[in-house]
Amino acid sequence: MPGTTETLLDSNLESVDSAENMAVDAAKTLGMDEDTCMDLGLAVREAMVNAVGHGNKYSPDKKVRYILDTRSDSLHITISDQGEGFDPNRVPDPTQGENLLRGGGRGLLLIQTFVDEFEVRKSASGGAEVKIVKYAN
Amino acid sequence: MSATITTRQVGDVTVIDAAGKITLGEGAAMLRDQVKTLLAAGNKKILINLGEVNYIDSSGIGELVSSFTTVSNQGGQLKLLNLTKRVHDLLQITKLYTVFEIHDDEAKAVRSFS
Repeated sequence: MPGTTETLLDSNLESVDSAENMAVDAAKTLGMDEDTCMDLGLAVREAMVNAVGHGNKYSPDKKVRYILDTRSDSLHITISDQGEGFDPNRVPDPTQGENLLRGGGRGLLLIQTFVDEFEVRKSASGGAEVKIVKYAN
Repeated sequence: MSATITTRQVGDVTVIDAAGKITLGEGAAMLRDQVKTLLAAGNKKILINLGEVNYIDSSGIGELVSSFTTVSNQGGQLKLLNLTKRVHDLLQITKLYTVFEIHDDEAKAVRSFS
């Protein structure tokens, strides 16, 4: 069903699950198949983990702004945190030899792999704002 | 489905049967704790069976890598068994497919430990 919802989420793991579930539910309404729904869900999960963990550092005083814009042919999801923001170009490539055995740093790679459009910019509050687009085709 | 982690012994190899979701806040921490417990008990031949893992995120993948490194640094071996298509694809995307020794036959996997 086309429309936009905006939700303020706490900076915890429950919010990660909630955001993922909302995206998957919306993807199902657009007729996306199970694999595509899982791909999108994982991308949203990774973006949310970054927002609540790296951005807001699980602070109970900080929120994640989650906008789910369901269009007739696509989902547009915006996730904004209240952290300090980051430059995706400065995130080390996790597939390079020297980074291959690191315990973390693969979230952005998975997001980029599983969505059709992906953008990171500074939000109005100075935190990171991640925009994800997934088309139903 | 939430994560479950159980272990069983096959000869001198410990098989960790993981199932469900291996994600931040769920299976990833359970897996880390289990590997630490095994190492503390002197079990350094570890085979992680991922055949029933239907979902894994970057934290779960990171936990596999950290466990692999920890076990290797202690002179042990950690190998993977029965990857689902989902996990297989993610290990290829992250280029970790060549880091891990991966098996699809448990008996052969157990025999492969030196």
